Amino acid sequence: MADSFEPVLLRNVGVENSTALKVYESRGGYRAVRQALKQTPGEITEEVKKANLRGRGGAGFPAGVKWGFLPPNRTVTLLCVNGDESEPPTFSNRVLMEKDPHQLIEGVIIAAYATQARIAYIYLRGEFHEQFHILQKAIDEAYVAGYLGKRVFGGDYSLECYIHRGAGAYVCGEETGLIESIEGKRGCPRIKPPFPAVEGVFHRPTVVNNVETISCIPHIIERGAEWFAGVGPQHSTGPKLFCISGPVNKPGCYEAAMDITVRELIEREDMGGGMQPARKVKAVFPGGVSMGVLTADELDMKMDFDDPQHYGLLGLGTAAAVVIDQDTDIRIVLRNVARFFGTESCGQCTQCREGTAWMYKIASRIADGAGRIEDLDILLDTARNMGMMPGLSICGLPDGATYPIETIVKKFRSELEDAIRAQPDGRVESAMSAVN
Amino acid sequence: MAWKAIDRNTPVVGADAEPALSEAVREKIRSFFDRYETKRAVLLPALHVVQDALGHVSWQAMVEVAALLELPPSDVIDTASFYTQYWTHPKGRKVITVCRSLTCEVMGGPAVLAEIKKQLGIGEHETTPDGNYSLMTEECLAGCDHGPCMLINEKMHKCVKPADVAKILADPDNDRIDSERSDLFDAPRMTGDAARKAPPPG
Repeated sequence: MADSFEPVLLRNVGVENSTALKVYESRGGYRAVRQALKQTPGEITEEVKKANLRGRGGAGFPAGVKWGFLPPNRTVTLLCVNGDESEPPTFSNRVLMEKDPHQLIEGVIIAAYATQARIAYIYLRGEFHEQFHILQKAIDEAYVAGYLGKRVFGGDYSLECYIHRGAGAYVCGEETGLIESIEGKRGCPRIKPPFPAVEGVFHRPTVVNNVETISCIPHIIERGAEWFAGVGPQHSTGPKLFCISGPVNKPGCYEAAMDITVRELIEREDMGGGMQPARKVKAVFPGGVSMGVLTADELDMKMDFDDPQHYGLLGLGTAAAVVIDQDTDIRIVLRNVARFFGTESCGQCTQCREGTAWMYKIASRIADGAGRIEDLDILLDTARNMGMMPGLSICGLPDGATYPIETIVKKFRSELEDAIRAQPDGRVESAMSAVN
Repeated sequence: MAWKAIDRNTPVVGADAEPALSEAVREKIRSFFDRYETKRAVLLPALHVVQDALGHVSWQAMVEVAALLELPPSDVIDTASFYTQYWTHPKGRKVITVCRSLTCEVMGGPAVLAEIKKQLGIGEHETTPDGNYSLMTEECLAGCDHGPCMLINEKMHKCVKPADVAKILADPDNDRIDSERSDLFDAPRMTGDAARKAPPPG
């Protein structure tokens, strides 16, 4: 299987001057879009549906089906590309944008043509500076070459492509939060329905796709839906980028079919390359922190769209793994994750705003050596009472906040309890009196 | 008795202040108008341009942006205060943003942050007395494969060790990126008060 895997999305990474239009074209770039523009938009949508391209941003919703929700009698359609990659520890979109921006642009043109969008906004997070300059330069090049703008490739179709820069907000990665942010508002997600396909940016039918999803599209057109659907397991088709970070020998972004396990991602020579000397795995967040944690005994989990649920995780997420080594105190991890969601909650749903902040305070107390055993139950209780799954919130951010907290507390409970019991006397009392 | 009528039409902030934004900056903001259907959508790019021009987004600038985009100033303040990368107060010439998310923390980020604090003698959200550096932390900068990482203005510094900090801070080009820059969001440089007090043309 994986031995014969040939990288597709990352094929230009490592090539000299890979961001230049000339280099991209010399390696077969912009062939797929020429082919696509000869087909009808409906044919391309069918092809993407047949390939079963599931969204790479985290939720795994099939891209072709999403396009199919657009009302047939619409006059204006907008395409948004979600490059707000903010989930720790994910950086696959960054690699795609800084190493192969023309692959993304080619995907944008095909996706926009398939949805009949005349404007495409690429939403780039505010912290991506170098990536912005690289991508903007590539867009300028494409305009000069006549690949973007009026009469794309000399045909009848016209497309404007703009970068919209965010300014530091995790919640703008949620598709309706992203839409609000493009409209110049706070990135507070909207209540759905109406879904963006019906009412998105400026109340127009809008498609929001992740950078990696869009980057897959030229390859589906060029190699065919059968090829794409034949890579990897049945419900998790196509090449996928996996990130690995933490104390491994070769942290980085690797491409594979979705039949690898977490263990392979860490240990294979052409991937993580094993743990650094004298380091041992204690825990792994396999899909970005919001999906939850695995213990060292659970590394045989398959990195596809279905298996993570069997391990108590929310899903595959962004398929970015961070390894926590044996010497790291799990209380530090708990505090870090709780702080992330505490600071990134947009604040419009009460139980998310208050719940994430509350969990952060409790986790800080535990990490500072002033925790109580019952704090662990308070964390679990808080976690159970927020999020979309109990139907209490507008977006999925609080679900992403509860899964890591819940899985850390459940899977590492004995370690947390031992640490709390080993605290010096009097810490809890002084911490509590400081609060009151 | 009659209620005292309050004049809510006259802006309170900056009523007698000199304009913060030069004509060149306004023109730059207007150049984004044809990209979006509404003027409100130009707000994020406009604030990026303003921050590039002034180094931060002042109250006066927000009022002027509001007028330019035909919005109530409260809408501008509402949006600007939501995003962490818009600064409503002046910052140093270089802003150091240290990543504090999970990978960077377990790979030794806190030690790097502590070393920077020690070297510069400032804490988070503070600026050195000479105005050279401001320090802040931010959630994941998407540089996890090179953790711990930090930004100095636009430049990403990767795999930073506490021992490297002194060398990085001493380098005058530590905020220069290797790629060719795009000037899409760059504003014609105005250096705060000096630019504002320049005599009007003609």
